[in-house]
Amino acid sequence: MSDATPTPTATPERPQLPAQSPPVDPAETAVASDKAAGTGRLSWWRGDGGDGAKRNLGLIGVLAALIVVGAVTKPDLYGDPTWVWNNVLAILQLASVVGVVTVGMTFVIIGGGIDLSVGAIVALAGVWCTTVATQSYGAGGMIFTALVVGICVGLVNGVLISYGRLVPFIATLAMLVAARGLAASISNKQTQVSSSTFINDIAARKVLGIPILVYILGAVVVAGWVLLNRTTFGRRTIAVGGNPEAARLAGINVRRHTMLLYALSGLCCGIAAIMLTSQATSAQAAMANLYELDAIAAAIIGGTLLSGGRGTIVGSLLGVIIFATITNLFAINGLSIEAQNMVKGGIIVAAVLVQQFQFKSVTRLLARNRVTTAT
Amino acid sequence: MAQPEETTAATGSADAGVEAPLVEAPPDTVAGEVVLRLTDLVKTFPGVRALDGVQLEVRAGEVHCLLGQNGAGKSTLIKVLSGVHQPDSGQVEWRGEPATFANPQAAMKAGIATIYQELDLVEDLSVAENAFLGHEHRRFGFVRRGRMARQTRQILARLGHGEIPPGRMVRSLPAAGKQIVSMARALSHEARLIIMDEPSAVLAHDEVGNLFRIIRELTAQGIAVIYISHRLEEIREIGDRVTVLKDGRTTAANLPARDTPTRDLVSRMTGRTIEYVFPDRPTDDAAGADLLQVEGLTRGGEFADVSLNVRAGEIVGIAGLVGSGRSELLETIYGARLPEAGSVRMEGRVLRPGVGAAVRAGMGMAPEERKSQALLLGEPIYRNVTLATFGRYARLGFTDAAKERAEADRIAETLELRPRDVDRPVRTLSGGNQQKVVVGRWLLGGTRLLLLDEPTRGVDVGARAELYQVIRSLAAQGVGVLLVSSEVPEVLGLADRVLVMREGRVVREAAAGELDENTVLDLVMAGSLMEGAPA
Repeated sequence: MSDATPTPTATPERPQLPAQSPPVDPAETAVASDKAAGTGRLSWWRGDGGDGAKRNLGLIGVLAALIVVGAVTKPDLYGDPTWVWNNVLAILQLASVVGVVTVGMTFVIIGGGIDLSVGAIVALAGVWCTTVATQSYGAGGMIFTALVVGICVGLVNGVLISYGRLVPFIATLAMLVAARGLAASISNKQTQVSSSTFINDIAARKVLGIPILVYILGAVVVAGWVLLNRTTFGRRTIAVGGNPEAARLAGINVRRHTMLLYALSGLCCGIAAIMLTSQATSAQAAMANLYELDAIAAAIIGGTLLSGGRGTIVGSLLGVIIFATITNLFAINGLSIEAQNMVKGGIIVAAVLVQQFQFKSVTRLLARNRVTTAT
Repeated sequence: MAQPEETTAATGSADAGVEAPLVEAPPDTVAGEVVLRLTDLVKTFPGVRALDGVQLEVRAGEVHCLLGQNGAGKSTLIKVLSGVHQPDSGQVEWRGEPATFANPQAAMKAGIATIYQELDLVEDLSVAENAFLGHEHRRFGFVRRGRMARQTRQILARLGHGEIPPGRMVRSLPAAGKQIVSMARALSHEARLIIMDEPSAVLAHDEVGNLFRIIRELTAQGIAVIYISHRLEEIREIGDRVTVLKDGRTTAANLPARDTPTRDLVSRMTGRTIEYVFPDRPTDDAAGADLLQVEGLTRGGEFADVSLNVRAGEIVGIAGLVGSGRSELLETIYGARLPEAGSVRMEGRVLRPGVGAAVRAGMGMAPEERKSQALLLGEPIYRNVTLATFGRYARLGFTDAAKERAEADRIAETLELRPRDVDRPVRTLSGGNQQKVVVGRWLLGGTRLLLLDEPTRGVDVGARAELYQVIRSLAAQGVGVLLVSSEVPEVLGLADRVLVMREGRVVREAAAGELDENTVLDLVMAGSLMEGAPA
């Protein structure tokens, strides 16, 4: 079998199949393979796997319901197409920074981990790229610094988790504290104003009527989708998160891959830091506060399994947009931020409950199969 | 072996604060009365008939031994009795009345306690808390710790282990002590039947004597014990009657444990009721050069000084019980565990540590636990088939799903996967078809040495025959196969050469034709089968 064509079929006589094995109906097989050709293709909204599609449709349903609520409560505003268009853009712009962080978070969670330090990394990268020294290198230097700081902090997380064998929760919790501390010490607890018009223009400008921040979100989402669904990196991510032992025994370097996932999350934080700095035209150690919670919540609502192995980029994006829409809905109705937080909490719980019911039916199936091996 | 009288004395002195052990045989259980009777018990799982007509009769105050090979249905039977599974048909008669145990709590409440091989204790709770776990003594919502500790002390004294402090954390106890705590829990429920699943497996040799003493005390109090063990010498020593299971059926019931000839027991255990179809071995010696050479491989506590070789086109089988170190050996050869001593060479070259190096050198492994070690259950079949190879179809890091699907489909056709839809999640397949996916994974990569750990566990008869055929045809193409199985007939029927492992060592190596099932069973069961038995 050292040659390139391993075809073990070449058995002259096959043992008689026992009576209980179902006869294969040729018509049925034909149908099955037709179906395979049809459903096997990945479409933009369903990522991979089967149930992701249904979930994402459900999320779009939730989004539609929110829009209906908005239209009912503020019929006069929703009657004005210009306002609606601007409101959509406002929601997307609101979602853009957290959205970018969520893409990285989605990879980490699918890979079986969690990253609590994303908000702190954004703050550290933002502060580092707005120091006087960094700003002297111009916008290019600032962007480079933010990205490198993000990747490096992510790598530290990754090394601690995969080679130091720290639990992701603990390692990134420690980084959450430490990175903000470092950011505060670098900035001397001051707000650092960005004097780069290039950076400040990112958030202020629109191209073809759409804010640049939204383009950045779009680009990161598309890149994330391609990375997850079309590359070996994405396949390894799903394998490592879904069954690390199986991945390891199949020859995948689980540790290195885990490390890279945190670096990827850090990179996303670096991008988000630039976006956020641009929005505020400044950076400070307290920026991006609690982004980790928003990002995790969005990923979970989007159907990413907290135990790893399953999740979609599109679902996460929809999760972020749903959150932004709720914020927007409460703002236009003049409701308090407290009420808004309570509703968000309820949505997170509801999403996880839905996920558990789906999961239960799966585990029941597994349990039924598992016992066959237990005799 | 300690004498019961000594024990009682020791108990009294060890725990002066407690009067004589209070608990007596439950008054309504007369010694010798039938407490449990199973009639025609059947339990099926998808693709497998785990229990296929089990008869069992257990009397109060007896030690009833269950004997059977792996896969005979012992574990399923225990789970039915302890309420984990419900039988499909057949009758369970408990203390004279038909009974069904809807869940483990119901069985516990009825007085059936099970002590599993992996003890189900909470390591960070105390001995007393574990003993009364789930039925703590309470008053106004507060746990009555004093009372629980007192009763635990009494129960431990009854077990002859008054020296274990009830407040001690279970984590700090040795395995034997944990087993005592498990039994204390059973007694705290006033169990009338205690099922022990290979209790001696976790014990050192001298601790087994203590276990037997406890069992004798329990039975003297009218409690019935179902005792499961692979070791015939233990059954002869502690057992009263033996029931033998084979392929989910009772092949012999209520044999006297002490004087049934060993030959009879073994033939009841092995007497084929299902004939597996093994492919013919090639008539001429087709095996080629040495592919795998293992020398002096050692891992502390798992296996020691194992040397073996596998030639191209040869199937080498390793027979041994669970715990004989065979799976660990396989994983070490594959680089998934680091050896303490010894070397693994593939085609003459020493392998670097790590699975990656082994895979690159042409090894592939189908691990023992298909679901937890080999498959991504929610992922489609084709992605499971290409799990080890998807990188080879990729260009610049971009996967080629169409190519992967086509390759996986080719494998599916070769292995007659049913259903042959490679986009289905792998969890929807039967056990046998899942195993085909795992083996099929390595047909793609140009694998030259295949390591198979229990390849037919949980696989139905038809799929087994197909898997055997696949393995044989791989060998015919020059692939070396190293096969581990606890089913002796499988090793003997499929392999060209057989190594028998016991307690981490290879105790016999021979051509498969030179061994028969009884000889191998004798070797794997610590050589005890043929001793002390009337021939």
